[in-house]
Amino acid sequence: MKQVVITGAGTINAMGHSVPETLRSMREGQCHIGQLDIRDVDRLDIQIGGQVRGFDAEGRFNRQQISLYDRFTQFTLVAAREAITQSGLEFSGELAAKSGVVLGTAGGGVSTWDDNYRLVYEERKSRVHPFVVPKLMNNAAASHVSMEWNLKGPSFTVATACASSNHAMAQAFAMVQSGVSLAMITGGSESMLCFGGVKAWEGLRVMSHDACRPFSANRNGMVQGEGAGIFVFEEFNHAKSRGADILAEVVGMGMSSDAADIVMPSKQGAARAISQALKNSRLDRDEIGYINAHGTGTVANDKTECAAVADVFGPHADQLMISSTKSMHGHLIGGTGAIELLACIMALREGVIAPTVGYEEPDPECALDVVPNEARDAKVNVTLSNAFAFGGMNAVLALRKV
Amino acid sequence: MSVKQRVIRIIAEQALLSPSDVSLDSTLDELGIDSLGIVESLFAIEEEFDISVPFNANSPADSDFDISSVSAIIDGIEKLINE
Repeated sequence: MKQVVITGAGTINAMGHSVPETLRSMREGQCHIGQLDIRDVDRLDIQIGGQVRGFDAEGRFNRQQISLYDRFTQFTLVAAREAITQSGLEFSGELAAKSGVVLGTAGGGVSTWDDNYRLVYEERKSRVHPFVVPKLMNNAAASHVSMEWNLKGPSFTVATACASSNHAMAQAFAMVQSGVSLAMITGGSESMLCFGGVKAWEGLRVMSHDACRPFSANRNGMVQGEGAGIFVFEEFNHAKSRGADILAEVVGMGMSSDAADIVMPSKQGAARAISQALKNSRLDRDEIGYINAHGTGTVANDKTECAAVADVFGPHADQLMISSTKSMHGHLIGGTGAIELLACIMALREGVIAPTVGYEEPDPECALDVVPNEARDAKVNVTLSNAFAFGGMNAVLALRKV
Repeated sequence: MSVKQRVIRIIAEQALLSPSDVSLDSTLDELGIDSLGIVESLFAIEEEFDISVPFNANSPADSDFDISSVSAIIDGIEKLINE
């Protein structure tokens, strides 16, 4: 079994267009959820989100690229460039042949679907642009990363709703750990903040009209975000021999399926994923200092997640910290685990725990240390990152300080 | 602008060339337009002239529409417009 380390990280999301900007926002506990600026927003009941602002696609991509890149692909490529540049890797020969891309997304090119349905249904156009299919397909982002950086190994896209990028990273971890791959580009992205994307979520009536307040007794639902988070997972000796800066070690992962309900979370399913992650990492539960929660801000998720953590950790549940950064960047759906892994890396490398902002009232059903409203300095050696999806599919990653 | 000029403008835009660099006897291959580029050019032509071009990208040679050169394309489009 090989050791797996992270040697590059990149992101673009509502909090910032890079990892340093994002971590600064997390340290400062800034909420970047605001009024949505999208077409027909006046016809939406939900008008807030964690939208990426000031993104100049025309300045970053040429006309031909834009005709092929949905917004979720654009975000992915921006984040991948930051991560791969940081890693210092150049892919050729055997390294290229054994390195691939596994990414998560729930919806893929949602705005491409939306724009083109609008053309044919609303504007009665009789034809759409020939690149609609290659632009909207869920694996488009992974494919463009493979083409841009010459990655010729196992590559695909994982879709498990809100756990997509955690499942993708779990898979990338397994590939490097087993020796199939020397390096994997992994993470995920999502861009559903368009009229149809938000309208679909409205239907479930789990969205908040004003704020995402995870674990707070007055929480009233989730808020959507958008963006991408991309990482380079690399075999430890390969990274060490080339003198790479190692951000953290990926020590293990746990996955489970509730096999119960298509939307309601299950304490047992979540607890099994967390326990599996501990077992797979050969960690004692007392070693965990911080958990980046799934923490969506819905009544059901937050109390179920806290109960699962209490079950798995026993008395240690009162010693560890658990926060939800969705309160600042929104829920990036299939990309969310990737953004949230950054909070784990910050905890391990900088000793700063990202807060749960918007926290106003304690909830006896969420009686854990949720690091309310302000970041905290703390030394932690091991962190977990939870993702529990609609459809009852759960994935938890464990990272250790290097 | 004539049909010929409009077609040449669309092809030139696809090939990232100036219209004066597109000669009537050029093939799309010579202009650097690949299979995806052909489909995109035909889409632009259909939008421009509000016509439907009978081109099958699975098997271009068996199509009822000749794309062997710029002049063949112009001829085909003029015929479709007059139908």
